[in-house]
Amino acid sequence: MTAVTARGALAIGLARGAVELRQFFRQKETVVFTFSLPVLLLVLLGSVFGDVYPETGLPASQLFAAGMIGAGIISTSFVSMGIGVALDREDGTLKRLRGTPMPALSYFLGKMVLVAVSSLAQAALMLAIAVWLFDLTLPTAPGKWLTFAWIFVLGVTGCAALGVAASSLARSVNGAAAGMNIVYLALQFISGVFITPVSALPAAMVSVSSFFPVKWMCQGLRSVFLPEEAARYEMAGQWELGLTALVLGAWCVAGLLLCRLVFRWTNRRE
Amino acid sequence: MIENVNAVEVHGLRKDYAGVSAVAGIDLDIRRGEIFALLGPNGAGKTTTVEILEGHRRRTSGEVRVLGEDPGRAGGAWRARIGIVLQTASDAAELTVAESLRHFAGYYPHPRDPGEVVHLVGLEEKAGSRIRTLSGGQRRRLDVALGIIGRPELLFLDEPTTGFDPEVRRRFWALIERLAADGTTILLTTHYLDEAEALADRVAVLAGGRVVAEGTPATLGGRAEAEAVVRWTDAEGVHERRTQRPTTLVNELSAGGGELAGLTITRPSLEDTYLELIGERS
Repeated sequence: MTAVTARGALAIGLARGAVELRQFFRQKETVVFTFSLPVLLLVLLGSVFGDVYPETGLPASQLFAAGMIGAGIISTSFVSMGIGVALDREDGTLKRLRGTPMPALSYFLGKMVLVAVSSLAQAALMLAIAVWLFDLTLPTAPGKWLTFAWIFVLGVTGCAALGVAASSLARSVNGAAAGMNIVYLALQFISGVFITPVSALPAAMVSVSSFFPVKWMCQGLRSVFLPEEAARYEMAGQWELGLTALVLGAWCVAGLLLCRLVFRWTNRRE
Repeated sequence: MIENVNAVEVHGLRKDYAGVSAVAGIDLDIRRGEIFALLGPNGAGKTTTVEILEGHRRRTSGEVRVLGEDPGRAGGAWRARIGIVLQTASDAAELTVAESLRHFAGYYPHPRDPGEVVHLVGLEEKAGSRIRTLSGGQRRRLDVALGIIGRPELLFLDEPTTGFDPEVRRRFWALIERLAADGTTILLTTHYLDEAEALADRVAVLAGGRVVAEGTPATLGGRAEAEAVVRWTDAEGVHERRTQRPTTLVNELSAGGGELAGLTITRPSLEDTYLELIGERS
């Protein structure tokens, strides 16, 4: 690809991002549903977890809330991306785009803009609620926010790419929505999002979830928003940030490769 | 070079699905600047053929050249030269008409002015409306607008006027004629024979995945040479005679210089010819 067409693809990608955002935020019901489901889970389950861990005096609700922020942005990346692409395939968006000179890369750039903006909004919303209802304290050290930044970027990129790949397996929007949500719910469960601390889960279950991004994103975010001593409630008794970066990075690469391999423009099989 | 003469060249095109041929070896040449109509019943292979020409589907075998390139391999530069009007689409429902046209114009190197295109398809009053609020006919006109925004050399129209009321249909025809007058080659598929007759320079009839006839609407299937029916009325009542030479017959009948009351000479309509070609009439 020459420099000129790469620049063209970027410019069209940003224009697509603007169009994606406009369309997303104009559908009020979708916006409310997308953002409120993780919020609802955070508020309801967070209120149930009344325990305080004796070793550290940390409330279970804080442990849960920090992990739920990760679950929230997986919803806006993996689930929303998968359903969004399936919808584009069903309503003719992709077919129309396929008949224009728009580079395929621009389509994905546009989607990434949407996912980045909606995931940031989701994270901010979840964080605000966690601070307000569960007294989570925002870190002041820049290093913590740097950790947040790379976990966010790697996690959201990998999950979005996996969402696109997963959408190619479904034949319809309804199929995609059901399938994506089942995978998402199951992974949240076995990654210890709903059961805190994660070490309360059977070790075999966590061994399985350790292959997937959910566990690492939530663990990484707990390291950002919880005090150092909370690391004892992780499976390894420490935050394992190096391993987190490795797993999330690997999923980014795998997700993008899978995307290239299985992405389909239409629902038709030939 | 040949591609300067023909916008589309198809030789021996086949498309098989699980061993069944949807397109069973067709040949087509569409000249630059002409309006070409593909007619045929549902399942005749029209949409499959058009989608192969658009680059949306792969072919099983055969030679295909569209604007000098193989649509199965052509890239963005080629796509900038064609325009596709989708048969069914409900995308971009939350954008306004003007927004979507401006956005799509950005994909092309030499787009038409979005305001001019809105005017061309008669959607001025709806330019600021969300696409989801458009009626079916308005939606189709937007699809056409999106198809021509890039100033295509070749425009694909797949059953463009299905569901139009007669007045909108006439306006649509005028738009197509205007595009053709500007030099756009147009490939049209349609169910409506009056549409083909009104618009097309040439038509091809597809049936069972093959071209069963090709020609101008006036001469299709030997229509111009087919037996004519001459009818007239005199004191004995209505007469009707079939003949290959209606002019001679009329000459004989009016040899005395008399006027023939109720004289009509009819050839088979395009519809008669079409139904015969696709085997619906024995």
